Amino acid sequence: MSTNLANLLYLIPIVAFILALRFLSNPAHARRGNQIGAVGMVVAIVVTWIKAGTTSWWAIVIAMAIGGGFGAVAARRVKMTAMPQMVALFNGVGGGAAALIALAELHRILPDPGRPKIDIALAIALSALIGAISFAGSMVAFAKLQELIRGRPITYPGQKVGNLALLAVCVALSVTLVSGVQDEWLLWAVVGGGALFGVLFVLPIGGADMPVVISLLNAFTGLAVAVGGFELENNVLIVAGMLVGASGTLLTLLMGRAMNRSITNVLFGAFGQVSAGAAEAAASDGGTVRSASAEDVAVMLAYAQKVVFVPGYGLAVAQAQHDVRQLADLLEAKGVEVSYAIHPVAGRMPGHMNVLLAEANVPYPQLKEMDEANPEFTRTDVALIVGANDVVNPDARNNQGSPIYGMPILNVDQANAVVVLKRSMNPGFAGIENPLFYNPKTVMLFGDAKDSITHLIADVKSL
Amino acid sequence: MSHDALLVFELTILVLAIFLGFEVISKVPTLLHTPLMSGTNAIHGIVLVGAMIVLALPDKDTFEWVVGFLGVVLGSANVVGGFVVTDRMLEMFKKREPPKDPGGSTE
Repeated sequence: MSTNLANLLYLIPIVAFILALRFLSNPAHARRGNQIGAVGMVVAIVVTWIKAGTTSWWAIVIAMAIGGGFGAVAARRVKMTAMPQMVALFNGVGGGAAALIALAELHRILPDPGRPKIDIALAIALSALIGAISFAGSMVAFAKLQELIRGRPITYPGQKVGNLALLAVCVALSVTLVSGVQDEWLLWAVVGGGALFGVLFVLPIGGADMPVVISLLNAFTGLAVAVGGFELENNVLIVAGMLVGASGTLLTLLMGRAMNRSITNVLFGAFGQVSAGAAEAAASDGGTVRSASAEDVAVMLAYAQKVVFVPGYGLAVAQAQHDVRQLADLLEAKGVEVSYAIHPVAGRMPGHMNVLLAEANVPYPQLKEMDEANPEFTRTDVALIVGANDVVNPDARNNQGSPIYGMPILNVDQANAVVVLKRSMNPGFAGIENPLFYNPKTVMLFGDAKDSITHLIADVKSL
Repeated sequence: MSHDALLVFELTILVLAIFLGFEVISKVPTLLHTPLMSGTNAIHGIVLVGAMIVLALPDKDTFEWVVGFLGVVLGSANVVGGFVVTDRMLEMFKKREPPKDPGGSTE
């Protein structure tokens, strides 16, 4: 197949990817969008296969079987709750592949007499650096979400300066390479330095901010792929990579906006450090925590006029969405008005709660977005918080010293009574104290969300 | 096409792709942020094509062999995993039509 014909055929995946993005931003067509994207990808692979000839075809088949098999099994087996870390993982391997391509390309062209063309050298250095950052950063994000390492921000003195210096060294090495110093070890150093930077860059970021970070690294991988397209003079890599680079950047900004935080604050704020001062302040408030039994809560719920469920990450961890739905149905049968208040960033990814509750077939009109839910709390009898924490923390409204000050929250404290289902008094994922728990209106029902809800179902039934 | 002409052409489509990327997702609802992130993640799996080109080069030495092979492994994992994860997420969004609400619309 000639290069021209291949490039012509590459228009099919390019159009497919554009349509995929377009459709993915609309709930009605999102799934079809993803399928269109997949078809485009198959076309791209087939065209490349035919064009590149059959050299080492069996190696390609074996490698694809290994990678694709792993991807399929991992993606199929994983629970819905673990989706965020899967996205991080698959993003990371993409970045790793881009860095590998850069290494291979430099290796291939270096023995040539005369230095490589400056644009090619630049593309190689850039995709190696960005790909390595994305790979290592995504792996740390994966490890944090999988709780292989602590989700809390890990900080040390001189961190920002150290990271910046490391990045500067990587850039300097890249410049040396581009300016014509022919040494493969330079590129290895860039890759190593980039990977180290990726690790150090993500480590200080708290688990609650991981979605934004993954989205940013996703854009990074897209950029690395687009730059890789310059190395290989391949249009589809340039267009598809840059589409992801640009849309991923915008998506990162939109996610930050949904949390009312700037991206610089997310990336460099080491958000969610438990500062000793804040913890003491909360303790010295002298507030007491009231805990209740499932029976008490069941009575509160069954005799309420209006109950609002506020789901959070705890719901996802406990896989309690089906039980919540069952409890809601039971309450509705008793004439209680039930709805769900969904904070845009509840859970660990935006839209996380919508996905889980949709899985349990919760009727769509009962799901209220934050702006719709907030005015209703004043006429709510019981706000039942299932594993949410930071998104209902009144400090975001009242306490200027709080790290989440200014974040829009669900005003559950305006309800007549608040019931919090929570595993323990540990601070939430972001590691911030929550005065809601000390509010006299609040009762705590400790335990795994699923167990607690199961008890509530049994107790409501027996009433 | 000469190398320089090709470079200018490539830069042109790169810049157009930037604007297109911003444009196509400018009105995405919060609800779809996660699936969209995952969907774009699958699309940059196109890196597989690049890795295939490396692995399909004639006259490879051992280094290019190993690196190309690893690249195809990682790229395929990105493609398959990315699309499957996104599909599983979006599967949850179907049947949003409420059974008890005759006047409701999904838009």
